[in-house]
Amino acid sequence: MPLASPLLPHLRTTGLRKSFGDHEVVAGVDLELRGGECFGLLGPNGAGKTTTMRLCLGLTDHDSGTVELLGLPVPAQARAARERVGVVPQADNLDPDFTVTENLLVYGRYFGLRERAVRGRIPGLLEFAGLGARADTRIQTLSGGMKRRLTLARALVNDPDLIFLDEPTTGLDPQARHVIWERLRQLLAQGKTIFLTTHFMDEAERLCHRLAIMDHGRIIAQGAPRALIATHIEPQVVEVYGDGARDWAASVGSRTAERCESTGETFFCYTHDADPLVHDLEQRGGVRYLHRHANLEDVFLKLTGRELRD
Amino acid sequence: MNARHLAPPAFSLRFVHVWRRNRLVWRKLALASALGNLADPMLYLLGLGYGLGAMLPEVGGMPYIAFLAAGMVCSSTMMSASFEAMYSGFSRMHVQKTWEAIMNAPLTLDDVVLGEMVWAASKSVLSGAAVLAIAWMLGLVASPLALLLLPLVFLAGLAFAGMGLIMTALAPNYDFFTYYFTLAITPMMLVCGVFFPVEQLPAWLQGAVQLLPLTHAVAISRPLMTGAAPPDAFLNVAVLAAYACAGFYVALVLTRRRLLH
Repeated sequence: MPLASPLLPHLRTTGLRKSFGDHEVVAGVDLELRGGECFGLLGPNGAGKTTTMRLCLGLTDHDSGTVELLGLPVPAQARAARERVGVVPQADNLDPDFTVTENLLVYGRYFGLRERAVRGRIPGLLEFAGLGARADTRIQTLSGGMKRRLTLARALVNDPDLIFLDEPTTGLDPQARHVIWERLRQLLAQGKTIFLTTHFMDEAERLCHRLAIMDHGRIIAQGAPRALIATHIEPQVVEVYGDGARDWAASVGSRTAERCESTGETFFCYTHDADPLVHDLEQRGGVRYLHRHANLEDVFLKLTGRELRD
Repeated sequence: MNARHLAPPAFSLRFVHVWRRNRLVWRKLALASALGNLADPMLYLLGLGYGLGAMLPEVGGMPYIAFLAAGMVCSSTMMSASFEAMYSGFSRMHVQKTWEAIMNAPLTLDDVVLGEMVWAASKSVLSGAAVLAIAWMLGLVASPLALLLLPLVFLAGLAFAGMGLIMTALAPNYDFFTYYFTLAITPMMLVCGVFFPVEQLPAWLQGAVQLLPLTHAVAISRPLMTGAAPPDAFLNVAVLAAYACAGFYVALVLTRRRLLH
């Protein structure tokens, strides 16, 4: 069995394609995850992120292309590859009839682990999940954040080399999200490789070493968060909103900034030098504005457009 | 439907872990479940057996309650396997997403469907055995040959579990199962020799019921309980085994289509 070396890619796809009926959900995806990195797959709803993950895990068969997971071809040897993978799915699928401990014990069995070995790991996993006092609690009484942390602990029961997380913080409150992020950083510090999907830009920017932006089944940009921002977008942003914003954007913003866009009642002016814009707004008064550095969300919106995705 | 959906099943022993997972849930709810296993067939057996039986002469060469007991062992097995494969199976597949969680581990859908089918059959053995035990306590079991009913009931359980899992693979929601109960389970209860001998049916129907698994389960169980050699034992076992194998394969193909796209 190939060793999980940081030098070898932990996941590699080439020309990955998948259609459901006439609809091509994954349309030629090339990805490469190096050992020990956190790689994020970003995209609007319906971009094909979850399907890509399922293809990589061998849970859905691809139409063409190749997948190599921890050195093993998928789907041919997906089962063997999954022995060294942990998965945190988007929807909670903990066993509602079991306690916290039983959930981990039963899940450990699926990996062919001995009961004694799993029992030995449980205190550490519960501590990691912040559920040390909840070992015998039934699942129904846990909060959403606790369930997500338990799902993360469950994904670690086999001490995986690579962890898949499908929208790990969707539906969690800000406190719970920060706890998950902190735990994921701990895992990276332990040398685990992480592959996550998200549509939270701050999550991607904080956690990911590299990321790919996906839309309509294709990867439209790939790189380190800072590099993506530097490549795709002007460094300064002036957002104006509220009364007078539209007139200001039409008369001053669009002439002074290199690029102006609008979403709803907010106007985004992108520029290399924001001073003239800010100066004008200060002089004028009355128009509310926010001057900030460009971020990943600006890149994302530029590349995937501003229209609603349902 | 494509070639991968139709591929032959790939078994692994990991299906045992699916079975053990379900057993752990069952153990937590065992008391309520055991009461359910016993109460329903017992009411039928005592109510119809003594009440109706008191007005009847011998049926099929034995007291009506003894005749009914063999039928109830089989119908109770059928009910138990069907309920488990459909309602509980659907919960685990569709509502709780338990199967999805299992398949993220190194198990395949083939393991999951096999584990579910063997589990439903195992649970149905408890139901069949419970009725057999009551019949034995009532003095209705004439021969130790009746112990052969245990493996037989397991086989019948596999046959009904396979059919139930097909329904689960097709079901959009729980209400769907009502059709199967109305159109398959209840008719089988009535025409397969549980309550009266198949010979009482019109000739055309007698032929048709030979295609149904419950007919064969009852046909082999009744002689075993009275200590006689079942006349068509090979045929009966073969039909049940064929239902089990075909049911498993069809359920697997349909579930692959549903879950794996």
